[in-house]
Amino acid sequence: MDSAYRKRLIAIWIGIAAVYLAVLLLDMTLRPTSMLLTVLKKGAIYSLVAVSMNLLNGFTGLFSLGQAGFMLIGAYTYAILTMPGDVKTSESVYKYYECFITFDTGVFIGLVAAGLMAALFAFLIGWPVLRLKSDYLAIATLGFAEIIRAIFQWDVLGPVTNGANLLRSYIDLTRVTLPFTDIPFPPTLFVFMVSGICILIIVLLINSSYGRAFKAIRDDETAAEAMGINLFRSKELSFVISSFFAGISGALLAMFQYTVQAQQFKSMMTYEILLIVVIGGIGSISGSCIASFLYITLSEWWLRGLDMGTFLGISAPSLFRSGFRKLVFSVIIMVIVLFFSRGIMGDKELSIPRMRAAFARAAKRMRKEAAG
Amino acid sequence: MAGFFHDNLSYFLSGISVGGQYALIAIGYTMVYGILRLINFAHGDVFMIAGLVMVYLSASLPFTLSIPLVIIATVLLGFVIERVAYRPLRSAPRMSVMISAIGVSYLLQNAALYFTGGLAKVYPSIPGLSDTVVIWDATTKIVTLVTPFLTIALVAVLTLLIKHTKIGMAMRAVSRDFETSQLMGIRINSVISITFVIGSLLAAVASLLYFTNYASVTPVSGSMPGLKAFVAAVFGGIGSIPGAVIGGFIIGICENIIRGGASIFGIPGTGWTTFSDAFTFAFLIVILVVKPTGLFGEKAVDKV
Amino acid sequence: MNSMLELRNVTMQFGGVVAVNDFSMHIEEGEIVALIGPNGAGKTTAFNCITGVYEPTNGEILYRGRTIAVNHPRGRMKRIYGGLHGDMYASRRVLNPTPDEITRLGIARTFQNIRLFRSMTVYENVLTAMHLRARQNALSAVFRISWKEEQRMREDTERLLKEQDLYQYRDEKATSLPYGKQRRLEIARALATEPELLLLDEPAAGMNPQETKELSAFIREIKERYSLSVFMIEHHMDLVMDISDRIYVLDFGSPIAEGSPAEIQRNQRVIDAYLGVSEDV
Repeated sequence: MDSAYRKRLIAIWIGIAAVYLAVLLLDMTLRPTSMLLTVLKKGAIYSLVAVSMNLLNGFTGLFSLGQAGFMLIGAYTYAILTMPGDVKTSESVYKYYECFITFDTGVFIGLVAAGLMAALFAFLIGWPVLRLKSDYLAIATLGFAEIIRAIFQWDVLGPVTNGANLLRSYIDLTRVTLPFTDIPFPPTLFVFMVSGICILIIVLLINSSYGRAFKAIRDDETAAEAMGINLFRSKELSFVISSFFAGISGALLAMFQYTVQAQQFKSMMTYEILLIVVIGGIGSISGSCIASFLYITLSEWWLRGLDMGTFLGISAPSLFRSGFRKLVFSVIIMVIVLFFSRGIMGDKELSIPRMRAAFARAAKRMRKEAAG
Repeated sequence: MAGFFHDNLSYFLSGISVGGQYALIAIGYTMVYGILRLINFAHGDVFMIAGLVMVYLSASLPFTLSIPLVIIATVLLGFVIERVAYRPLRSAPRMSVMISAIGVSYLLQNAALYFTGGLAKVYPSIPGLSDTVVIWDATTKIVTLVTPFLTIALVAVLTLLIKHTKIGMAMRAVSRDFETSQLMGIRINSVISITFVIGSLLAAVASLLYFTNYASVTPVSGSMPGLKAFVAAVFGGIGSIPGAVIGGFIIGICENIIRGGASIFGIPGTGWTTFSDAFTFAFLIVILVVKPTGLFGEKAVDKV
Repeated sequence: MNSMLELRNVTMQFGGVVAVNDFSMHIEEGEIVALIGPNGAGKTTAFNCITGVYEPTNGEILYRGRTIAVNHPRGRMKRIYGGLHGDMYASRRVLNPTPDEITRLGIARTFQNIRLFRSMTVYENVLTAMHLRARQNALSAVFRISWKEEQRMREDTERLLKEQDLYQYRDEKATSLPYGKQRRLEIARALATEPELLLLDEPAAGMNPQETKELSAFIREIKERYSLSVFMIEHHMDLVMDISDRIYVLDFGSPIAEGSPAEIQRNQRVIDAYLGVSEDV
């Protein structure tokens, strides 16, 4: 390990610590309902699910569209497990069913169980589905997500899932406390910590021997197999891990939203996540994170005016009405897909030397323009 | 037996009818896949847009004008989508084209959401199609009876077109071997355009039949029939037109039998409708595992 | 004493086309054996049967006396043709090893149309192939518990690259190397799986005469250094005659000759097959 590398590593960790400190400060000072905090929380959640999808689509070359399904499993597992037992037995949430699960668990167990449950489903579904070629895999996983959505709304499972009705009163972000105390955990920091740790694990995986095996499969399945990499086991591993983290992000989304309903996890959601991955760059973790925050900031905050009648001071209620934001968005996405298919980062990662080089290039161009 | 059939006739009838509509959509999927090896995720949304266009056009125009205009508009839409979103990516990796297709689907749904304001639009009742009839005590619309015959007639015309015309021969050549047919002087781009035109035309016809039956259009009403039609195409063997038709009918019928589960199997429960959607995809996964080439598909051998 | 690799009556059929017909052969420890034949003779198909890419329609493949492939798993083909010895293997239990299991046994290969990992550097290409022999599991690898193993893999990769004269290209994209170097890298990558038997599919294809000459010395050298046996498909007769201990000849899927380079050069059937005489008469 040479000193330049170590220096860079230290710089990265300091940078990350600074971000977390800033989040903590914002959490302490801003109103909990402020737009910035909302965007930060949702951005962090989407970062996690986008990175988990990138692990599959970008690093293993598996075109899977099941992410919304795994998020749903995670969200429901978390909500059902952490909902206090007395709420479950009373009629406030389970109005039409006798709740089957009467115990409740803490946040940590709830999150891990959410991930594990999604991973279990991925393991079972992966066995038949991962033997398929790329486009069949896409449609099979999309179909699987639809099946999950239908099953979770099935009234026979009502005693567990509350049928098609929504779940609430579980431990949401405002009710998370510091371990062994009653002091509330800063909610934005909590989301950042959970998804930060999860993304870190994915990064460690990608940079391990297993991650190289995944990339080998993406580059050339036949050659990877000839190098002794078991295609099926590696794909299954990637699929299970990706789903584990999709499950956790689903749980985080449930915590963020206060209520959760199977109806919201439609294929549209998977499409959105996929498009975030494309915008960030397929095969780039930092790209996925940047794109998630960008996407959420634009759609929740900066482009809100497009739906509300006034945008950039222009008032045109007949044009800027509900849904215009998404329309503009989808046009932007099509432009990116068609003309900038490498996205923000391509398959590169954000790094200090690269940023420095980019700044140097920009400065040079500016100097040249100033001179000419 | 006859009594049982009699009691549940409405499920079987609507199964055959929906099956015919799925078959028409499935042909669009299967032809595009046969030629471009692309799952055209936007096809279901083209079908939905056709429905919306009909809603808007029929508000001010008589049916004799609006029906042909709907078909023309849908064909144009299909043509433009291929031109703008797929053609520039012809040499790109397959994943990029699929992402582009998903992007188009997202765009069409959001556009529909914007123009409709998210409300379900009431589909006009087309005289002759929307009228109700009573057959053997089961009340149904005329469209239910018309659909299977119209589907089979259209498929027959299409099959003749593919078997006996020059453009049909070119299509078969391109779906067999893309590169070679290019070298043989076939104009690939026009073949692909025509494929999209035919697919969209059939989708427009399907939308007329389907929405007459269901009476309302929402921005997402294309995605489920689209996905199911795709499953039908896979079941029949992707790339095969008769396969897509048979697949469409089988899926439509099975789905409606399950939908009528409470009375057909005598098992009570209200979840049968949601479950019938899940059935299609469970069915898909089973097909892909047991016989990925479908009923009439051909096996491709990868060269190492 | 068992042969290192043995093929017994291997037949491979694609629909109606018999790509390899009743081919039997063996390779002994430490030998260099070549498989030659005109284009389309079924040489690569034979390779693919050995490495588990294809499941032979009939026949048996043994590695160090252990059966690694026998019969067609679904047995559909043998009803159509099944080869001359179809009946003999028809009732045998079906084995269907995947290519990675074959590699684990100690048979590594290169490809006719070079198949390097496109997105990776030279170093990463070799490092990836080290995955097979690494003593770790997913958890220990992710959480860096087995960091010593990772370090060993990295050191081994550097050593291998140095030995193979590729160290100066370490951080270049594998696909940006000159053609000859890409072939060398493919061999290096195959060596990283610690094979005992190396299958080379046209290692000299696209090389100039100078490079071909170097290749023959190189193959001998790696054979000694890593105590390998080598089985190769090659069209350059100079190279084949120079380094092979024995040669097998395939023509239209059928074996037509076997023997030392000198014997093969004199064999009339081989000469006919290459010049196409017997076909024209």
